[in-house]
Amino acid sequence: MTSYALEIRDLWVTFNHVPILEDINLSIQEHTCVGILGPNGAGKTTLLKVILGLIPPTRGEVLIFGEPPLVARRRGNLIGYLPQRPLSHPGFPVTVLDVVLMGRYGRLGLGRRVRREDREVALGQLRRLGILHLADRSIGEISGGEQQRVFIARALALKPRLLILDEPTISLDACSQDELYDIVRDLKEELGLTVIMVSHDIGAVATQVDDIICLNRRVHVHQPPPIGRLALENTFGCKVEYLFHGEIPHRVVKVHEGRDD
Amino acid sequence: MTEALSLGFFQRALLAGVLLSVLCGILAVFVLLRRMAFIGVGISHSAFGGVALGLLLGLDPLWSGISFAVTVALLIEWARERGKLEEDAAIGILFASAMALGVLFLHLSGTYNVDVFGFLFGNILAVGRRQVVEIAVVTLGVLGVVAAFYKELVFLSFDEEMAWVSGVPVKALRYLFLVLLALVILMAMYLVGIILVSALLVIPGAIARNLSRHLTAMLWVSVGAAVCATLGGLFLSYYLDWPSGATVVLGLSLMFFLSQVSRSWFPPERD
Repeated sequence: MTSYALEIRDLWVTFNHVPILEDINLSIQEHTCVGILGPNGAGKTTLLKVILGLIPPTRGEVLIFGEPPLVARRRGNLIGYLPQRPLSHPGFPVTVLDVVLMGRYGRLGLGRRVRREDREVALGQLRRLGILHLADRSIGEISGGEQQRVFIARALALKPRLLILDEPTISLDACSQDELYDIVRDLKEELGLTVIMVSHDIGAVATQVDDIICLNRRVHVHQPPPIGRLALENTFGCKVEYLFHGEIPHRVVKVHEGRDD
Repeated sequence: MTEALSLGFFQRALLAGVLLSVLCGILAVFVLLRRMAFIGVGISHSAFGGVALGLLLGLDPLWSGISFAVTVALLIEWARERGKLEEDAAIGILFASAMALGVLFLHLSGTYNVDVFGFLFGNILAVGRRQVVEIAVVTLGVLGVVAAFYKELVFLSFDEEMAWVSGVPVKALRYLFLVLLALVILMAMYLVGIILVSALLVIPGAIARNLSRHLTAMLWVSVGAAVCATLGGLFLSYYLDWPSGATVVLGLSLMFFLSQVSRSWFPPERD
């Protein structure tokens, strides 16, 4: 029996009667690396937020390792998450180590202090990502690429089984982008993780993942391993031009008939 | 100095002032990091309505004030959470309305001998024995709660969404922090006045932000600044016969100004 890291059945999300996600059905096997691609406004971040439990589905069901998102959240050790803009307060007075330790808080529970064991896990993740020497630096004063590693270390500090990365390379230069993809691939192999990576950067992602999910309110899955731009364009027809070259992104938003709003 | 220290009322003022400074110094750091300065100001001004309501209905103004301030705080949070109203607009509306209600209640109660100016700037020199005990109890309680949820409060201030995803009960803690804030504000307002408590909840944190780079240091600097300003202000006001609350606030403002200058002249070094 194959076990699934993520199963989504008949998922709909609407805001003010406007559908953001429509009829999503998706199963992601454990130990795979999946890229979610789509233009701006396709609902990529919304899909992640539903998976994380931040947004309740309007209809349908989401299961993370067989459990609903809110149960998975309470466990605190299933999903490691790298948000799109992880540093909302650039001058926040905490060190790199403090930030990574935050990844342990959910597991620790309310009112419990950070133990030596947590500190060791955090330092271990910093070492793994090659930034142990930054542990005592303020989070705001290191480079964007280093920060990205810190936040990956935080996501790993809770020892997750599923790693979710929202546009991990968006603020990085080409060189750091390659480094980041290498890191993610190594982590996946080493820790047996399932990885979901959201991006609008089709070229880079297509070479890095096992499966690609194209999302534009609805889902198109491309299997199996890596497909090139051509295959993608065949699947999407001419729309892919709009989709990924971003000339007029809203043009691709196809209005589906029979919507009951 | 010994002359002032031998006076019972001055001793009580010092004790109450120091306790409040410690409390406000710690909360001020979170208020600053969570960008809640305006909420503090809003709650403290709203509390005036509650105190006036207490006078009108013949209740203990302390308790009516606390319930009123907590209600306003929760209303602000509720409006924000529902997304119906921007937070700053909610605060602006609620606090103006609450103060207007306060003036109306005072008028209706017919107690014209109430010192409205005293509510604004307080009179810490008039603090009684019972109030010192009350403030000590509140100080211990609030510090206990902050200590128990310290790591969660820090995470919440750093990144609310991420804290939620990590399993931190964000909503409950937001409300809890507001209740703490309302409680401290009310306690403090009764003693030192609306203006002083607003100042104590913002300026020490801002001074600490200028002078320190790590949260732990920031908490110490903030508490230190609040305590120094309170002690200095009280002694100065005694010898110069200045209004005590205003002297403390001016001391804090001066310290903030100096910290701002020192930051631009000597920016914190990288290590």
